[in-house]
Amino acid sequence: MRKKKRTTRSGFGNAIAAIFLLLMGVFIALPIYYSIINAFKPTSELFLFPPRFVVYEPTFQNFLNVVRVQSQSLVPVERYLFNSVFITIVGTAGYVLIASMAAYPMAKRNFPGKKVIYYIVVFAILFRPEVTSLPQYMMMSKFNMLDTYWALIFPLLATSFGVFLMMQFMSTVPDEILEAARIDGAGEKYTFFHIVLPTVKPALLTLTIFNFVSAWSTAGSQFTYSETMKLLPTMLSQISTGSIMRAGVTAAGTVLLMLPSIIVFAVCQGSVIETMTHSGIKS
Amino acid sequence: METVKKLFKKYGNDYFFLSFWLIIFTVFTLVPIGFAVGYSFTNFDMVQTPSFVGLSNYLRMFLDDDIFIKAFMNTMLFAVITGPLGYIMSFVVGWLINDLNRMTRTVLTFLFYSPTLLGSSYMMWLYLFSNDSYGLLNSWLINFGFIKDPVQWLTDPDFNIYVVIVVVLWGSMGAGFLSFVAGFQSLNKSYFEAGAIDGIRNRWQELWYITLPQMGPQLLIGAVLTISGSFAIGSQCIALTGFPSTDYSTHTLLLHIQDYSANRLEMGYASAIAVVLFVIMILSWLIINKAIKTFSHD
Repeated sequence: MRKKKRTTRSGFGNAIAAIFLLLMGVFIALPIYYSIINAFKPTSELFLFPPRFVVYEPTFQNFLNVVRVQSQSLVPVERYLFNSVFITIVGTAGYVLIASMAAYPMAKRNFPGKKVIYYIVVFAILFRPEVTSLPQYMMMSKFNMLDTYWALIFPLLATSFGVFLMMQFMSTVPDEILEAARIDGAGEKYTFFHIVLPTVKPALLTLTIFNFVSAWSTAGSQFTYSETMKLLPTMLSQISTGSIMRAGVTAAGTVLLMLPSIIVFAVCQGSVIETMTHSGIKS
Repeated sequence: METVKKLFKKYGNDYFFLSFWLIIFTVFTLVPIGFAVGYSFTNFDMVQTPSFVGLSNYLRMFLDDDIFIKAFMNTMLFAVITGPLGYIMSFVVGWLINDLNRMTRTVLTFLFYSPTLLGSSYMMWLYLFSNDSYGLLNSWLINFGFIKDPVQWLTDPDFNIYVVIVVVLWGSMGAGFLSFVAGFQSLNKSYFEAGAIDGIRNRWQELWYITLPQMGPQLLIGAVLTISGSFAIGSQCIALTGFPSTDYSTHTLLLHIQDYSANRLEMGYASAIAVVLFVIMILSWLIINKAIKTFSHD
């Protein structure tokens, strides 16, 4: 006798679900697809009326032009690239380290003040960097940090969502492992670096991705103003406002800019989902 | 003295681990927010020593600043529409793709999350909603004979706020969506079998009686992330409709804060607006938190 496993959806329900997913998928994918093919269109095709969804003579010229347009600017393109890469690496590596260190006692130890800090961490998820940028601006100006790399990096470190994710994930590490280490005479620092960190690899990857994406797409930071401190997305929007003939260059630049985030996420998606399994707020 | 030493020995390591992040977070997030609250009662302008002006910044907002009222209404409109809709979209898509096979689910999760990965590039939407007849939407509508002249999607105050709403919804399946996807996958399978035996007849009943009560924690984190996004709309408006938009038609509280701080250096007034935004966000979280908890406990 077969056990009844689960109710099934009606054929009609399946059809509705499929149509809904299809429509949603088109809504999400269409703009992305269109901007990718635009990057491969020669100028003659970019301004066809009506606009086309296919490229007849794909070209890499737009990508080459990104470099050419930039070689005419006062600040070399390498500078924007360096700025973006630098703050992304330092901001991400720094955050993953300090967030997992902070999450460890929050998840696995008991100490006075833990509950208060937990509530602060959860509450602070509400406040995105955009929302706290005015208070942060005033603080940076007090410390004379405006227009320095510090002003780009610290806001990336001073967020709480990563700490929250790491804390939730670490709470699933079995106490027995930590207890065993303690009995073997391992200190807290050894336990953390050699036992806890290797077991929370999916969460480390997830934090890396989330921070990478937000650092990489940091656009017009309000904390820097000189040309030499600007980042890649800012450079791109400066190209696009240059002239209408730059449409192809802009499209190519957009594609180049989104590639790293997409690749990093696609490779590590499994770890992200595993981490998010524990992301709920338990009441 | 002896107890301090004892406490240190007992908890010193815990505080040491916590300290790096906590200090940076305190200095660059908590204390600045405290400062903003303090400055909101002054006429601080970054140059002169601020002097206390009582509640006048708050009175000015509601009595003497039409643009603030506009920004306030727009912010509420954005939040009330994009918040719940984005939340439901994330939930329903997560629910539907959970029944698909592993490969399809992985690809679709990636697809629906991808707008978040693209960050601040709204270039593609500018092609779609472009004001001239080269804009995709305009060219379709002209071809099918709905309109004769191109619609000024991005500059006409009757339309541009809806354009922003569409684009915000497009990007609303972020970390909350991933949390839902993961939550659906980790549901306890035996509950569904038990439910089928106990007379659950269709997927709606299953969703209502078995799935939702188990999803409480994910629903909560999804709500926090949704609130944090739907009140922080601003950069999308600038990218699509320019700054300031026609008649401030897509102006939001966030942009009003930026305008008064970065352009006019009226930090006291800008801080007061920021405090209003913080209070609204906290209140909405408290209300929604309460609602979800009551709902998922019965």
